[in-house]
Amino acid sequence: MGVLETLRGNYAKELLDKGIREDMRGMHDFRKISVKRGVIEHAEGSAQVDIGNTRVLAGIKLMVDEPMPDTPDQGNLVMNAELLPMASADYETGPPSPESIELARVVDRGIRAGPSIDLPSLIIEEGKCWTVFADVYVLNYAGNLFDASQMAAMAALLDTRIPKYEDGNVIREESSGKLKVDKIVASTTFGKIGSALLLDMNKYEESVAECRLTIATDGSSVRAMQKGLSGSFSVREIDEMAGVSLEKYKELKDIIESTGE
Amino acid sequence: MASLTNRPELLKDGKRLDGRAFNELRPIKIEAGILKNADGSAYLEWGNNKVLAAIYGPKEAVPKHFADPAKAIIKCRYSMAPFSGLSDHGRSGPNRRATEISKVTKEVFENVVMLNEFPGGEIDIFIEILQSDGGTRAAGITAASVALANAGIHMRDIVYAVSAGRIGEHVVLDVNMIEDNYSDADMPMAISPRNGDVLLLQMDGGFTREQLNEAMGMVLEAGKTISRVQREALEKLYEVGE
Repeated sequence: MGVLETLRGNYAKELLDKGIREDMRGMHDFRKISVKRGVIEHAEGSAQVDIGNTRVLAGIKLMVDEPMPDTPDQGNLVMNAELLPMASADYETGPPSPESIELARVVDRGIRAGPSIDLPSLIIEEGKCWTVFADVYVLNYAGNLFDASQMAAMAALLDTRIPKYEDGNVIREESSGKLKVDKIVASTTFGKIGSALLLDMNKYEESVAECRLTIATDGSSVRAMQKGLSGSFSVREIDEMAGVSLEKYKELKDIIESTGE
Repeated sequence: MASLTNRPELLKDGKRLDGRAFNELRPIKIEAGILKNADGSAYLEWGNNKVLAAIYGPKEAVPKHFADPAKAIIKCRYSMAPFSGLSDHGRSGPNRRATEISKVTKEVFENVVMLNEFPGGEIDIFIEILQSDGGTRAAGITAASVALANAGIHMRDIVYAVSAGRIGEHVVLDVNMIEDNYSDADMPMAISPRNGDVLLLQMDGGFTREQLNEAMGMVLEAGKTISRVQREALEKLYEVGE
């Protein structure tokens, strides 16, 4: 990270002592979020999500596969996340980093625990099923990749059409209907800086955060959580964030469901 | 969470399959200092889990560009032996799950180890799951804490970890493998017992806010027992023999 970023991070931290966020947002406000579906026509489903300057693209591909041995009555979901080197001066080419693996697994957990997509409906016939490949591409990093990636994956799944399958052939030009999504899970990621708990950190705030907590809910229950970084939360803070997360659900669900421009 | 079609009954007469009450831990045994080459080590049995933790360091950080001139870095490797599970031979080497667990475990110890005492240094934490029966990341962290203390590395606290879950409407402590596979929630946590700070928190499944608080309460309460077993393992090293 460059000197300017470091200075701005320190500035954000100093301002928080006075209860002010660097970009003047409320502690529990998201930056502007926009969701665009169907941006990649060749994919079975896709969505681009912008949260402030953070931009994430999710693409869905379906392949005919065999069910996993321990879940013979379900199709499969394979989640992957790429922190593209073009997304930030700090990202480098190479094998998947622990950060990108964590990102993919946290998004995966929320969607799976929902359960968001109806995996049993992906069985084609005995021993044959669809595997849903959800690939999250981080195009521009400006903080809060967890929520942006979760929203992009969720919106892309809502956009997904199942290709036609006939006589052992996949016909991608034709569709046999939409992917069955039973439930929308929405993710909220909080950061702790000093005694402040803030939602949707920008990259300057993230650079000085002691720890973060991602909470995915379905509006009535917490579905998945992940704490990150080396700082600590108290049990009371976790309860408080869970409360905010459950309250934010409706607002986020509406954004994820919007098909608009 | 595995297939729901052949989900077994996880509760019988108000008790869990292994006869435990909802807030009851499995038996835990820890032996410190059992590997001769390591600077610190611990062997832990937690129910049917068998876990080895070993510490090397503090030593000079390698490769050199990893070194932090202000403090020591921690490297952590959590790994599951290919023979550790009840099912087939597992794939050896770190998979995506192990990579994630190694990362969050490292973050736990970055919180409590006095890293500023060893600028430019490195502390290696190795956790090997020799036999797995659910809750292995918690068992690994609990063992690694004892191994770090055994290595004489200064820490703010001796961390413990345990998971809570949910079976139907009941919040339960310390989920084992079969409960983990079929339960309605699983939430591993690592706690610094001196102030109850939460250093690791992961969860999947479903908790209402009330259930979440009940589960966190159970994890804090369980610390009394787990911390005692950890301390006893260390005290035993310095007992004067007959």
